Amino acid sequence: MSILIDKDTKVICQGFTGGQATQHCIQCIDYGTQLVGGVTPGKGGQTHLDLPVFNTVKEAVDQTKATASIIFVPARFCKASILEAAEAGVSLIVCITEGIPTIDMLEVKLICDNLGIRLIGPNCPGIITPGEAKMGIMPADIHLPGKVGIISRSGTLTYEAVKQTTDLGFGQTSCIGIGGDPIPGTSFIDVLDLFEKDNSTEAIVMVGEIGGTAEESAAEFIKSNVTKPVVSYIAGVTAPSGKRMGHAGAIIAGGKGTAADKFKALELAGVHTVKSPADIGKGIAEITGW
Amino acid sequence: MNLHEYQAKQLFRDYGIAVSDGIAVSSPDDAEKIALSLNVDKWVVKAQVHAGGRGKAGGVEVVDNIEKVRSFAERWLGQNLVTFQTDEKGQPVNEILIETCTDIDKELYLGAVIDRASQRLVVMASTEGGVNIEEVAEETPEKIYKAEIDPIAGPNENQANDLAKNLELDDTQSIQFRKIFDGLVKLFIEKDLSLVEVNPLVITKSGDLICLDAKINVDSNALYRQQEIETLRDPSQEDPREARAAEWDLSYVALDGNIGCMVNGAGLAMGTMDIIKLHGGEPANFLDVGGTADSKRVAEAFKIILSDESVNAVLINIFGGIVRCDVIADGIVEALTEMGVSVPVVVRLEGNSAQKGLEILDASALNIISASNLEEAARLAVQASKGEI
Repeated sequence: MSILIDKDTKVICQGFTGGQATQHCIQCIDYGTQLVGGVTPGKGGQTHLDLPVFNTVKEAVDQTKATASIIFVPARFCKASILEAAEAGVSLIVCITEGIPTIDMLEVKLICDNLGIRLIGPNCPGIITPGEAKMGIMPADIHLPGKVGIISRSGTLTYEAVKQTTDLGFGQTSCIGIGGDPIPGTSFIDVLDLFEKDNSTEAIVMVGEIGGTAEESAAEFIKSNVTKPVVSYIAGVTAPSGKRMGHAGAIIAGGKGTAADKFKALELAGVHTVKSPADIGKGIAEITGW
Repeated sequence: MNLHEYQAKQLFRDYGIAVSDGIAVSSPDDAEKIALSLNVDKWVVKAQVHAGGRGKAGGVEVVDNIEKVRSFAERWLGQNLVTFQTDEKGQPVNEILIETCTDIDKELYLGAVIDRASQRLVVMASTEGGVNIEEVAEETPEKIYKAEIDPIAGPNENQANDLAKNLELDDTQSIQFRKIFDGLVKLFIEKDLSLVEVNPLVITKSGDLICLDAKINVDSNALYRQQEIETLRDPSQEDPREARAAEWDLSYVALDGNIGCMVNGAGLAMGTMDIIKLHGGEPANFLDVGGTADSKRVAEAFKIILSDESVNAVLINIFGGIVRCDVIADGIVEALTEMGVSVPVVVRLEGNSAQKGLEILDASALNIISASNLEEAARLAVQASKGEI
C-alpha cells in the first residue's frame, strides 16, 4: 500500500523533451515508473526515450490513458501547463518548477480544487513510493520500501528524513515534498489525512519550516484526526525575521511564522518534535519503540 | 523586491488611488525648487529608504519654511538612515520626497496581502491607523476588517461597501474608499505585488480620504513579466553580499556568527544553521547553492561567504538530489586551490554521486575535513571555529 502513486500509475511528462525533464524521466523509468509518453507543443508525433511525444495533454491522455502528469516547463508557462493538465482529465499533477508567480497560483489552486484534482508542488521534489514508482527528482537509491510516511516543505530535508529512516531499517510507504511556495497545491493536512487512512503507513514524519501557519493548522488537524505517531522537525530556528530564506514561502513576517511558534503548536497537539534535523530517524525509533 | 514610497505613490496615482502631491528629489537645490513649485507653506519631507521606522529615526519631518526644506535635504542626502528595521549601518538616502502637508482629522489603516491560510488576496482595513498594525492584530484583532478576493471572480461591490461601513465613513468618503479599494486590488493583481500597506490612510480636515504613506512589496518570481517594476529596483538598499549572490542565482542571507555555510536546498540550509547552533556554534550565513550548482557558482559562493571577515570555519553540506556531489567537489577543489582559503573547511556529501565526490576531495591533498553525517559535520565545524581541531 502507498498513497497517490504506485507501480501501475500511468504517467506523462509535460516539457518532456527539455534537458532537466529528460534526465529525470530516465531516472523515473529506471525506477519502475510507468511513464507512457510526454508532451512538448510542436513536437507531437516524434518519439523521445522510446516514448510517444504529443502536442497537447488531451491527446496524450486520450491515447495513453495516463492519470498523472509531471511538469518540468519553465515558470512562466506553468500556469497554462497545470490548467491544461487539469482540464485534460488527469487526477494527479506534480509540478517540479520553482519560481511561479503567486498570483498565478491563487487561480490555479482554486481551479484544481474545484475540479477535484490533486496538485503537488510547485517548487517541490515530487512524490515517491519506494520500490514502485517515483514522479520527481529525488535520488532513488536512498529509499527503502517500509512503513513511514514522509511529508516535507523542503526537498533536501525530505532526503535527510528518508536517509535516516532507511539507515534504521524502517523504510517508507510514500514520501511527498509539498514544496516551498506560499501557495502549495497540496497541504500538510491533505497528506496527513492520506497517511492516516493508508493501512501500511505506521508512523509519519512531517518536516516544516518558517513562514505561514501551515504547521499550526496541521497541529490542529493531528490533534483530532491522526492516531498514528507523528515526528516533526521545523527548520529555521536561527532564521532572522523579515528575510526570505531561499524558498518563496520561508519568511517570518510581522513576527508570525517562527519556528518556535510551530514547535509549540505541534507539541501541544502531542506531536513528538526533534530540534535537530539529524534526529528525525531517532525520533521515530523513540516514539514507536522500533 | 521592495519599492520606495515615492515609487509606490506613483503607482497609486496610475491606478487612481488618492495620494498627496509630491515629488522626489536628489539634491538640496531641487528640494527647494520643488517645494516652491508645490505652492504651499507647509511641507512633509521624507527620506526615501526601504526600511520602516523612518519617522522615529528622524527621517520624516513637517516643515513650514523653505530653508528647513533645504536643510533637511542637506542633512540626509548621501547619509545613511538607521531605523529599528535596519542594521547599525542603516540604508543610504538617495532621494527625499517633498510633499504638501495634509491636515489630518483621523488616521485609518489599509493593507493588502496574499493570505496563505485562505489562499486569497485579502484586503485589510482598520480604524486603528498610524500605529503598529501587528500590535493591533495581536491585541484587538476584532478591529481589523477583512475582504477576501475571489481569484477568478474578483472583488464584488459589497466588499468595499462593507469595509467602508466598518471604517465608519460617510457617503462621500465611502465613494472615495470604493475607488481606492478597486484601484488597490487592480494594482495588486496587475503588478504582481505581494504586499501593500497604507499606514495611515487618513481622513483630512476637509473630509477627504487620502493615502499618506505607501509601502509596496513585489513578488520577485513575477519580475520577468514586470519589466517596468524591475527598473525601480534600488540595489543601494540591499545588502551588497546578498545582491552579489542574487546575480549568481545563489540565495544568501548574512547572519551574525562565524561559521560560513554552503548548502543545497533552502530547508537543509536552515537546518544546517540550526544544528550548528545546537552544537554551540553560530552560523555566519544562510546560503543555498540551488539545484544546478556548477563549479563556477560554488567558487562564487565561497568568495561571498569568505568576504565576511568574521568567518573562521566553513561547513559545506550537500545532499545531492538534482545536484551531483562530484560536480560540487570539483567546484570546492577549484575554488580552494584558486583562492588559497586559510580557514578550515568541513565537508559532508550525501546522495547523488557522493562517493565520487569524496574521492575527488581525498585526491586533492587540500586540507578538507570530511564528515560522514550531518551530526558529525556540525560538531566538527563548531570545533574548527573554536580552534579545537
